[in-house]
Amino acid sequence: MRRVPPPLISVALAVMLVAAWKAWTVWFHVSDLLVPPPESVGRGLLALATKPSTAHHAAVTLYEIVAGFLAALAAGLVVGTALGRSPQLQRTLNPFLVALQVTPKIALVPILIVWLGFGAGTKIVTAAIFAFLPLVTGTIAGVRAVDPNHRDLLLSLRARRWAAFRMLELPSALPSILTGMEVGIVLATVGALVGEYLGGEEGLGYLAVQALNQLDVAGLFALIALLCLLGYVLFAAVTALRAWLIPWHHSVRAIDPSVEAAA
Amino acid sequence: MVHALGPLDLDVGPGEMVVVLGPSGCGKTTLLRILAGLLTSSTGEIRHGDPHQGSLNGTGFSVGMVFQDSNLLPWLTVDENVALPLRLRGVGRRERLARAAELCRLVGIDGFEQFRADQLSIGMRQRAATGRALCGEPDLLLLDEPFAALDALTREQMNLELQRIWLARPCMAVMVTHSISEAVFLADRVVSLSRRPGRVVAVTDIPLPRPRSLEMQTTPAFQDLVARLRRSLEERE
Repeated sequence: MRRVPPPLISVALAVMLVAAWKAWTVWFHVSDLLVPPPESVGRGLLALATKPSTAHHAAVTLYEIVAGFLAALAAGLVVGTALGRSPQLQRTLNPFLVALQVTPKIALVPILIVWLGFGAGTKIVTAAIFAFLPLVTGTIAGVRAVDPNHRDLLLSLRARRWAAFRMLELPSALPSILTGMEVGIVLATVGALVGEYLGGEEGLGYLAVQALNQLDVAGLFALIALLCLLGYVLFAAVTALRAWLIPWHHSVRAIDPSVEAAA
Repeated sequence: MVHALGPLDLDVGPGEMVVVLGPSGCGKTTLLRILAGLLTSSTGEIRHGDPHQGSLNGTGFSVGMVFQDSNLLPWLTVDENVALPLRLRGVGRRERLARAAELCRLVGIDGFEQFRADQLSIGMRQRAATGRALCGEPDLLLLDEPFAALDALTREQMNLELQRIWLARPCMAVMVTHSISEAVFLADRVVSLSRRPGRVVAVTDIPLPRPRSLEMQTTPAFQDLVARLRRSLEERE
């Protein structure tokens, strides 16, 4: 028997899930206000796609996520490198990192609104705060991931500081920084959405609040689907970045079948 | 403070292969790491060339080291790994890859230049590591039990190959091993170390003609040298 390509099975599974969803709403007479049938959500998606303002709201949300994520990435790389290099500094600052980790970040949003207002700034900072920790921890782990044998090799060849960074430290750190980025981009999406839910009048999160207020459940589901798509695209972008930056790493070889075939 | 190495004097002549032989934990690797500049000895110094010249620090003295584990960088192709010493000296891409291709041929991994380390067998990885160590034309070649991870048959083959490569590119070399027959097979001179802290218990010249063949290992002359070295190691237990 020939093997069916996994992407085909994924599509088939998605179709089956939608069919099961439809069957469930029909057989159990589920109220449209609880779970609308697939075709209502489809109509909601169509309505979103044809409304000219949707593109604007999606662009605002995308901008908030990406700007927040990039700010968190820059901060995470700087702080993570400093902490990774100096165990002393990490021990000193660790309580603060843990405090940041356990603080419900959602509780900070009202304060940010007081400080920064209802505009995009608040959402960008929220996204950055949500994404910051995995980026810091990823960078710390990356900085420490240098194989001591590889370091000996470069030392025995009298490598200079910059060469050692480019040839050894950077490539050693990239796998775990990229793992931090994969978690970070998802959390940045959550952060931007949380910001939009709690205040402001732009973005897909704002549209979702509106839909809820109007009891437009199908529209809400359509927005969730759109957000899911947006998150998926962003995550895929980071995964593609991984495959491009570290094609030699086992985390890439494990997924990419073409690499396996070449080996 | 624990001393890994006792007081120790070691002279290596130009183009000479000295093998340091000793039991585990006698400080062989420590000695090699000091020679490689990875460790500083608590006392003593290393000199190259004119014995009245100061110690090595800051001079252009270069080493090429073959580690126990091939230690190839996983993000580089085989030829870029081999060319690494040149790259670190700022040699341009075209020139260093041409030199690397030459060394890949010498160590017998031509055709695998574009592969990555994890696509090679352990033996081939050590060949690549040997090529890399020689690529920078080092003043001193250091070998830290390079074939310890190989099975006995492959190991013999690799020793034969190492001799061929070294005869093609003669240089001052220091190898450490705990295999007596390997020491006799490869060395011009064997330095036997005692258990920790390692001190020299015997220096044995190996007058066997080169190139040496694997069959030579069964000759009485070879067996005598093995027996002598074994005694030298056991006397000081």
